[in-house]
Amino acid sequence: MRETKNLTCISCPLGCQLEVVVEDGKIVQIANYSCIRGKEYAEKEVLSPKRTITSILPVAGGDVPMVSVKTSEPIPKAKIGDCMRLLKDLKIVAPIEIGDVILANICDTGSDIVATKRVKRL
Amino acid sequence: MKKDIVIIGGGPAGLSAAVAAHEQGITDILILERENALGGILNQCIHNGFGLHVFKEELTGPEYAQRYIDKIAELKIAAKLGTMVIDITRDLRVIALNETDGVLDIQAKAVVLAMGCRERPRGALNIPGYRPAGVFSAGTAQKYVNIDGYLPGREIVILGSGDIGLIMARRMTLEGAHVKMVCEILPYSGGLKRNIVQCLDDYGIPLRLSHTVTKIHGRERVEGVTVARVDANLKPIATSEEYVTCDTLMLSVGLIPENELSRKAGVALNPTTQGPLVNSHLETSIPGVFACGNVLHVHDLVDYVSEEAALAGKFAADHVKNKDTFGSGIAVSCGTGVRYTVPTTIIPDFNERTTTIRFRVDNVYHNHFVSVFFGGDRMYHKQKRILTPGEMEQVLLPKQWFANQPDTKTIRVMLEEE
Repeated sequence: MRETKNLTCISCPLGCQLEVVVEDGKIVQIANYSCIRGKEYAEKEVLSPKRTITSILPVAGGDVPMVSVKTSEPIPKAKIGDCMRLLKDLKIVAPIEIGDVILANICDTGSDIVATKRVKRL
Repeated sequence: MKKDIVIIGGGPAGLSAAVAAHEQGITDILILERENALGGILNQCIHNGFGLHVFKEELTGPEYAQRYIDKIAELKIAAKLGTMVIDITRDLRVIALNETDGVLDIQAKAVVLAMGCRERPRGALNIPGYRPAGVFSAGTAQKYVNIDGYLPGREIVILGSGDIGLIMARRMTLEGAHVKMVCEILPYSGGLKRNIVQCLDDYGIPLRLSHTVTKIHGRERVEGVTVARVDANLKPIATSEEYVTCDTLMLSVGLIPENELSRKAGVALNPTTQGPLVNSHLETSIPGVFACGNVLHVHDLVDYVSEEAALAGKFAADHVKNKDTFGSGIAVSCGTGVRYTVPTTIIPDFNERTTTIRFRVDNVYHNHFVSVFFGGDRMYHKQKRILTPGEMEQVLLPKQWFANQPDTKTIRVMLEEE
């Protein structure tokens, strides 16, 4: 199967409109890039797009009501929805340190949900 | 009370200025912060992408802030939270208020302005309609969601494609709201490409360029907005009007340096940036008063705020130690395509290896050259594939240029086609 994907390069403000032709899960052609960073971006973005996800969770007994969290590593873009649904029901208790693992290996991504804010116990 | 340096604002600029001043051996420092926590706006910027320049790693806002807050604690630099500065005088007295101390009257040897900026509100846009609930600036909505844990709406239209608006489009979507569109009056977005792709494209949120909101509907709560295409003069085209139902309108339409205190103190402001006019020591028109960060000019990266503020802190410390006063220095002017420069005057300083001029361009330019002239001599000439108003530019002037051209009276930064 042959398909053409259009994407905007994010490597610099030029924002080149890349055209990537994929056949049977392999890239056969990349067009409209103007530097090597664009080509590399297209390869990564088409074959295995990943994102770092950040959110907040409610905290019991803390000096603030919410704690901010992130995935320790970028996770596959396709798993963002599942990941957010899991976070919805998490409840945590202060104290919390930056880097504390709230949930390990979320959605089998190998990435952990870690705290990005310090919350003191009241 | 007497203090060597009083820093107004405990956000990224104030914290970095404090650390840098301390490194110069000035330890009698006081930070005055209006909120109940240090860190400023970083506390609500829970997304990542901060720190790539300063820490060489990608951090979220709260993590970036904590690095500086820990440093402040380690150096035992004093900070008063929940404290509102109400006056700065020409002779460097700072008057402030808080619940425990009452009125504070502090005589400083140097003052660093680090108050940051605020968002342009609805009132600045003249959108007709009632005043229903559900109209938020993007930063206010960000605070509700990320600090307080409230979702301020479910059906959202965002006006303005600045980075905060884009970040909030993703944030609201991830929290279950439906972001219908982002309207941008200009034919291009001022936001980073990365944010367009990862905050809008990833979630299929349309970006309507050359579109604006012409009416807000609803009496008690927003019920919808009228969206229209604009012509080349940015005037809405009546025939293109379209009604979009929503319960929330978010505004991401620009940031304004918060200079009420500076203005009251008599600090001369730059009408373009709405921040203080400063020399290359980041000193304002009042000797001993320095400015840095978003109160000086709105930055796009916090890393640059930290760098600039560290310089302000260092020069404030120098001022306390040496009581240096400088002449007016060499004037820096804006040529073709350059909207403003910071600083606007340069004091040749042979202690510093380079002097940085930061500037913004007035439009999108492809393959233009950035040029710097010392009098009639072109000292710098470099081609850039793209220059956009949303990306702050900088040029570094090595000290040899000043040594080799001691008679320079003016420096001009401009764009050239070749």
